[in-house]
Amino acid sequence: MNFDIDIRKTLHSGKRRFQLDVQLRSDCQRLVILGPSGSGKTQTLKAIAGLMTPCSGHVRLGGSTLFDARAGINLAPQSRQVAYLFQDYALFPHLNVRQNVGFGMARGWLNPRARERQATVDHWLDVFQLAAVAQQFPDELSGGQRQRVALARALVAQPRALLLDEPFAALDPALRIAMRHELDALQRRLQVPMVLITHDPEDARMFGEQVLHLSDGGLRAQSTP
Amino acid sequence: MDPTWTALLLSLKVAGFATAINLVLGIAVGFALARLRFPGRDLLDTLLTLPMVMPPTVLGYYLLVLMGRRSWLGAWLHDSFGINLIFTWQAAVIAAAIVAFPLVFKPARAAFEAVDGQLEQAGRVLGISEAGIFFRITLPLAWRGILAGVLLAFARALGEFGATLMVAGSIPGKTQTLSIAVYEAVQAGQDDVANTLVLATSAVCIAVLLAAGRLAPGRIANR
Repeated sequence: MNFDIDIRKTLHSGKRRFQLDVQLRSDCQRLVILGPSGSGKTQTLKAIAGLMTPCSGHVRLGGSTLFDARAGINLAPQSRQVAYLFQDYALFPHLNVRQNVGFGMARGWLNPRARERQATVDHWLDVFQLAAVAQQFPDELSGGQRQRVALARALVAQPRALLLDEPFAALDPALRIAMRHELDALQRRLQVPMVLITHDPEDARMFGEQVLHLSDGGLRAQSTP
Repeated sequence: MDPTWTALLLSLKVAGFATAINLVLGIAVGFALARLRFPGRDLLDTLLTLPMVMPPTVLGYYLLVLMGRRSWLGAWLHDSFGINLIFTWQAAVIAAAIVAFPLVFKPARAAFEAVDGQLEQAGRVLGISEAGIFFRITLPLAWRGILAGVLLAFARALGEFGATLMVAGSIPGKTQTLSIAVYEAVQAGQDDVANTLVLATSAVCIAVLLAAGRLAPGRIANR
């Protein structure tokens, strides 16, 4: 997958002013952006997903333009076909596991029904060993199960790329190692391109086909593996 | 029919209509105040909260002036549609709705503000339209807080007295609601009538408050 990202954004939080300036071009399947917290990793990832609009620049994914300030292109997050795994998973607390996983498949104004079975949803519940907890709610799940639900929900729609925001930060150390291996195997099997942001060099060692370092909002990198 | 029942049914009708109006407007205004940034937002919140602290008679006077035939609104309603609101049960609905409105939109605003914005972002990335996100994520998560406010507003509308008396008067069987009937009964020295009315009012209010208490946020997890 070809990632071509060139964004600038000035962010204000209170009196603090933060300048994000990221330029990267990459042709790999597993891209890791490594940087300390507060370095602008999450904002970069949000810009790719369309959850943050940069002041200038462009975002291109696999040759198609998702955002281009000069050309006036800014696709809504709804039509970017990327999956986003939030740091604390952002599972819908009022919906059970089955409804969470099937959320993106049900269009319109109504949530999928609690017991409605869909072949695609069943398939992903099986892939992530969630069939036994399909009727449970997010607050009844373990950390590892929550992450699996979030991954299943993200992958149901067959996204063009998977964006992961600190996917292992919320897990305890033993589980972190197990989930790293699980995600690694899954990505190899599905061959879905991914961008993973983390502060943990261990994540970078495991997933980084290419590792880019972000510090204080600045990143410049161009390479082909 | 027994005058107590007439007054009770009228009160329930007035409070029911007022609550239905407040439910729709309260959700819309609460959502707008929670999510939109526009000039005059704080002023709008303040103006809509005023009925909670203003003497009901002052509010009633405002409404009387506004709906009366000498105001542009009253004149327009009368000339264009032949509608005269003063001394009708519809005027009582308007008075009750305005008095109870802060009890709906304030909790609604707080409930919408308490919904984690990241959940809505998750919905967007999953391809769900903005309307879909509102009805499938935001509203269900805010619903409990909104409903508790709506029930309180119903109880408040049921007991509305001052503003209602000023704009709708006290016409038995037409605009004489329960709380006004109590006043009239006491004035006329009909203690037995007053006793029945007071007991009926208390019973309804206790039932509503019990229901509101069961729905108060935090008692049961959101689902």
